[in-house]
Amino acid sequence: MNMNWLLTHSPALLIAIPLLAAFLTPLIDRLSKRARNVLVLIVLITVEVVMIVLAWDVFTGNTHIYTMGASNPTATIPVQAAIPIRIVLEVDGLSAFMGLISATVSLAAGLYSLAFVRRETGQGRYYTLLLLMLVGMLGMEFTGDLFNLFVFLEILSIASAALIAYRFYRGDAVEGAFKYFVISSLGALMVLFAIGLLYGQYDLLNMAALAKVMKYTMLDKIALVLFIAAFAMKCGAIPMHMWVPDSYTVAPASITAMLVVASQVSLYALFRICFSLYGLTLDVTTVGIIIISLGLLSMFVGVTMALPQKDIKRLMSYHAISQTGYMLLGVGVGLYLIGKPEFSTYGMAAMEGGIFHIFNHALYKGLLFLTAGAIFYKVKTRNLNEMRGLAHSMKFTAIFFMIGAFAIAGIPPFNGFASKLLIYESVYCVSPILSIIAMLVSIITLASFVKVFHSAFMGPPMRNTKEGEVPKSMLIGMVILTVGIILFGLFPGWVVDHIVHPAAQALADQAAYIQAVIGG
Amino acid sequence: MLHTPSGYWDPLLWILALIVAILIAYIIRGFGRKDYKGGEQSKPFLSGMDIPDEKELHIRAGNIYWGFMEGLEGYYDIMKKIHTGVVNDYVAWFLGVSALLFIVILIVGVT
Repeated sequence: MNMNWLLTHSPALLIAIPLLAAFLTPLIDRLSKRARNVLVLIVLITVEVVMIVLAWDVFTGNTHIYTMGASNPTATIPVQAAIPIRIVLEVDGLSAFMGLISATVSLAAGLYSLAFVRRETGQGRYYTLLLLMLVGMLGMEFTGDLFNLFVFLEILSIASAALIAYRFYRGDAVEGAFKYFVISSLGALMVLFAIGLLYGQYDLLNMAALAKVMKYTMLDKIALVLFIAAFAMKCGAIPMHMWVPDSYTVAPASITAMLVVASQVSLYALFRICFSLYGLTLDVTTVGIIIISLGLLSMFVGVTMALPQKDIKRLMSYHAISQTGYMLLGVGVGLYLIGKPEFSTYGMAAMEGGIFHIFNHALYKGLLFLTAGAIFYKVKTRNLNEMRGLAHSMKFTAIFFMIGAFAIAGIPPFNGFASKLLIYESVYCVSPILSIIAMLVSIITLASFVKVFHSAFMGPPMRNTKEGEVPKSMLIGMVILTVGIILFGLFPGWVVDHIVHPAAQALADQAAYIQAVIGG
Repeated sequence: MLHTPSGYWDPLLWILALIVAILIAYIIRGFGRKDYKGGEQSKPFLSGMDIPDEKELHIRAGNIYWGFMEGLEGYYDIMKKIHTGVVNDYVAWFLGVSALLFIVILIVGVT
């Protein structure tokens, strides 16, 4: 197996390997628990390595196309047809960027789970569903056609709902999963209906082929509304966010970290639909203002709702909503300015800020949820009122929490500051109020995490709590994300130039997206 | 170094500046009285009340930012009413937002 073969087939392999392993896991689980854990870890590490290799190639300018079932995977249009009719995977800068996030957080979550769910039953099912979540995320990120976007959205939603209910003996876990399932089904139904509208008009499902013939008719507008509403709800934009704290809070912490990425994949789908499918045919001013408004609402309401929370994971869930607002704001401003002279200076920087924030958020929010899980693992409660002085016994967790808290609050030199700075300095082009609200939200975020740190880690030690840290595999999971936060914080210029800019460029350049699949 | 629309951000330079600032602060601290042993000024102040045993002193999460929440009571009352926890309401919000988007994109949208 040489590097070219690996690179050519990597889009398909990245979906096929975890999918195959997901179905193998329950079988191997019956033979040996240790072998099952080894298999899951090998698969997660393999996916991470292959994803890095693929992403590096994509970031150097090579968009990867893979046609499923074709003798030549790069031939998207069969000889006897004029349009792409097979399932086409398209990995451009943005897909690779999102794939890196999904693979990295899944690896950290998988490692963390080894100890975290050790005392639970049904671990075979747990790891099967975890791998299926990864399949759903990578599939949504890589797919080049709308129907498979729906299929992978469903795989992701069903696996996520089942994992939210993993601790089914707790009533709140089942309730959270039920709410997630209702909301996901409704969202998926709307996505399917929108796809039907487009297919009925154009006889096409391939996004690049659709983008080429898109006319922005009344039916296209109806489809756009359904796409925006469904994906905005799935990414937790206010006022369709209420399922987020209900579901994130009750899921196992490792799964909550993955749910954060799952929500960001919906955000990716929203951006992909707006930029790559509709592009300049849509009314960018109106849709840009809609996305900016959703972002502002999410930022402000999310952070103000986080402040009074007493449940540590519920508090963090509201912050996840608030941080999603920054991404919507940044990319919304980019969409608003696209086609205008200010785009090259401010619009691109806003998009880079929003996209950079997606990766940063996955790292620090994932880390914060893992620290919340570590606290729950030790003290068996999520109630901040019942905690104190945990820094006495959980020194590493306290340090990881501080790093995550500084990063989410945008304190330099951590990664959150770099992406927020790009957003602050670019969105004021539309209105200075946007930058002011973004900074205000960061200040309240810091206040909120000061409260958590004081409540959980400061003060006299808790009685009736076992001394010592959480198991090593949980610490390793947290270390992976912490290293990412520090590196992205110390070298933001390199990250933006080599990873974020290609992703933003891929999103903004609809013509390149179309040309990669159907040429011309 | 990260280039932004209005300038640049260099974390390594920032860390260097922070180290220099800490060094200056440490030097200034060195000019202080060496014989200072504490007293009333070094004790925590809690509105003139007696301070409980420091080893047992801990303010619970529910009491932090009480004033902020009181100041924004009207806002939080509305937020509590909206967040019912009932999934039917979640669906209603989704339908409401969808309806609003239909109006904005189909009717108000200029293109």
